[in-house]
Amino acid sequence: MATKLMATKLMAAETRAKRPIRWHVGVFLAPAVLVYTAFMILPLFGTLQLSLFRNIEQSQVFVGFSNFRTLFGDPNWSVNFWNALRNNVWFFIIHMMVQNPIGILLAALLSSPRLRFTAFYRTAIFVPTVLSFVIVGFAWKLILSPIWGVAPHLMDFVGLKSFFTPWLGKEQYALTALSLVSVWQFVGIPMMLIYAALLSIPDEVIEAAECDGVTGMAQFWKIKLPLILPSIGIISILTFVGNFNAFDLIYTAQGALAGPNYSTDILGTFLYRAFFGFQLQVGDPNMGAAIATIMFLIILAGVCVYLFLVQTRLRRYQF
Amino acid sequence: MTTKLLTALLLGTSILGTTGMALAEDVTLNIESWRGDDLTIWKDKLIPAFEAKNPGIKVVFAPSAPTEYDAALGAKLAAGSAGDLITCRPFDKSLELFKKGNLADLTSLPGMENFSPVAKSAWQTDDGKSSFCVPMASVIHGFIYNKDAFDKLGLKVPTTRDEFFAVLDKIKADGTYIPMAMGTKDLWEAATMGYQNIGPNYWKGEEGRAALIKGEQKLTDPQWVEPFKELAKWKPYLGDGFEAQTYPDSQNLFTLGRAAIYPAGSWEIGLFNTQAQFKMGAFPPPVEKAGDTCYISDHTDIGMGLNAASKHQEEAKKFLSWVASPDFATIYANALPGFFSLNSSPVKMEDPLAQEFVSWRGKCKSTIRSTYQILSRGTPNLENETWVESANVINGTDTPEAAAKKLQDGLDSWYKPAK
Repeated sequence: MATKLMATKLMAAETRAKRPIRWHVGVFLAPAVLVYTAFMILPLFGTLQLSLFRNIEQSQVFVGFSNFRTLFGDPNWSVNFWNALRNNVWFFIIHMMVQNPIGILLAALLSSPRLRFTAFYRTAIFVPTVLSFVIVGFAWKLILSPIWGVAPHLMDFVGLKSFFTPWLGKEQYALTALSLVSVWQFVGIPMMLIYAALLSIPDEVIEAAECDGVTGMAQFWKIKLPLILPSIGIISILTFVGNFNAFDLIYTAQGALAGPNYSTDILGTFLYRAFFGFQLQVGDPNMGAAIATIMFLIILAGVCVYLFLVQTRLRRYQF
Repeated sequence: MTTKLLTALLLGTSILGTTGMALAEDVTLNIESWRGDDLTIWKDKLIPAFEAKNPGIKVVFAPSAPTEYDAALGAKLAAGSAGDLITCRPFDKSLELFKKGNLADLTSLPGMENFSPVAKSAWQTDDGKSSFCVPMASVIHGFIYNKDAFDKLGLKVPTTRDEFFAVLDKIKADGTYIPMAMGTKDLWEAATMGYQNIGPNYWKGEEGRAALIKGEQKLTDPQWVEPFKELAKWKPYLGDGFEAQTYPDSQNLFTLGRAAIYPAGSWEIGLFNTQAQFKMGAFPPPVEKAGDTCYISDHTDIGMGLNAASKHQEEAKKFLSWVASPDFATIYANALPGFFSLNSSPVKMEDPLAQEFVSWRGKCKSTIRSTYQILSRGTPNLENETWVESANVINGTDTPEAAAKKLQDGLDSWYKPAK
């Protein structure tokens, strides 16, 4: 504290004397800025630019917003686009309704001082998160396989065989089933973040609550939950960005055509088919870029809503 | 590791090749290909056979990974470092290379007369006037069946549709075997092994396919809807949970002896021979009435073209003429059972199952998959939509008529047949 104060005074003194060019700021920022610009910002603008062109007679021609008009106006594209967006929203809803509450619940259980083997549970639940999508996709495809899968046998074991259907092959269930697989994979992330937030609540606050007679469930709802709300906000926005960028799980489990009958098609797979093409379909980078641009705008809008409407209203507590 | 080794080996051979050239003034031809699996066949059988007859020409087979092939080839062609001979994908991908001037015109190449127009159609301009790749191999569709199961149940190989469904009914009633091993999860099985397999009998092969391209027939015409109706009838004969059954699942169900009939492509022969413990037979898609002309899908899959920028045009053409010869066809077809030579002169094959498949060429008329030429250039893509709709029809989520209408509407939205 003292050193910091001294440093501030020193700096203030220097500023008054003369304002030297602070090279170190630029030097320290440079690596990150350069790498980020080269690999994120330039490609982003490249994509935006690509979406305004079209390949006519082997050369790129500027066509303004014509690709977007095709995307929203031509039923061959718009039907697929709205279907993908709808599916993506459902994908997101399942994550918000299932993944995050379960994550919070698990974190609350883990932070309970009476629970033993906390470290084991924490690791076990977090492990799927570090697995590759490909492994998760194939493993679940096998588990749920009506022919070799363990799911039908296990359900048979407890007398629930009649409830088994080939979920991944049915239009009405496939997307929900895959969303739940994704929830299974990523439930560790909200759990860890909330767990960290719960641990950072000072004991004094809890003790004060206990003195006032707030214990058990009431303590969670009235004391802990308000204190971890900012973390829940962060998790929500991470889930949002992650879900609207999702692609891998659907691609490994259902293929690029996101069957059956496009029922698991989300924006990521739709973009993939448009951009790179599939089988006999020749890729159309320009339309692909247009879809990518729309995805970018959707995510940008979501993040803005969070930043300007939600985060500014969250109350923060300083201890 | 293996790729590294492979690269090292290939590098080694190419360097050796060049030194050889320097010494004996030999010409070295490089072959671009995505068929890494065939490396040993080329190295041990095909290339020595050619080199023995053509002293002074050395050939190097230099494959790249299938998924990278098109991009890598494009980059190499642009940079001028591509090999002299180029393995051709069928239809639009190669046509595009020809239009860009990367592939030389081979219409008058000696040996091209050995191929039928259907065989050449995959590597021709839309008007059929110029050819740019020598057809190498095709795959034939039909049904492979478990002979032991048929013997046990006392079943006869069906030739008509009624017999076919009677056989399926009997297998189902017996209950030992799943009547037919096919799933709809991967979509393409339903389209490729289903619709394109049985369809040619309805739309009369080339006749229907050409009429569709000319716009004289529509996918909503009876001959194009009927195959969907037959597919819809397959549903009760498929295994439990076929909606989530993938292509490898189907292969395993059949080779493990749990299913009796497998709607197949001939490329399965190699794998099935090594995995199945029972005797297998094959029959072509059943026709309506006994004695009807039968049509089979004999789909062109792989060809070879000449890099227009190659420095050794004459030698390369010599090699391509050899590829077009019956000699090549015999070695190739025997080394890769299930990939049939497109050569008009009959090829002797050892494998009985492959023999059975290829014998249909004699009694049936050949065609290729209806969606591959020209019709899959636009959006929505007819081939991909056919996958989705074939699966929908079998799953029962779309009626055959609705599926056909969707396909035709999609096609109409961008395809205007030349009048």
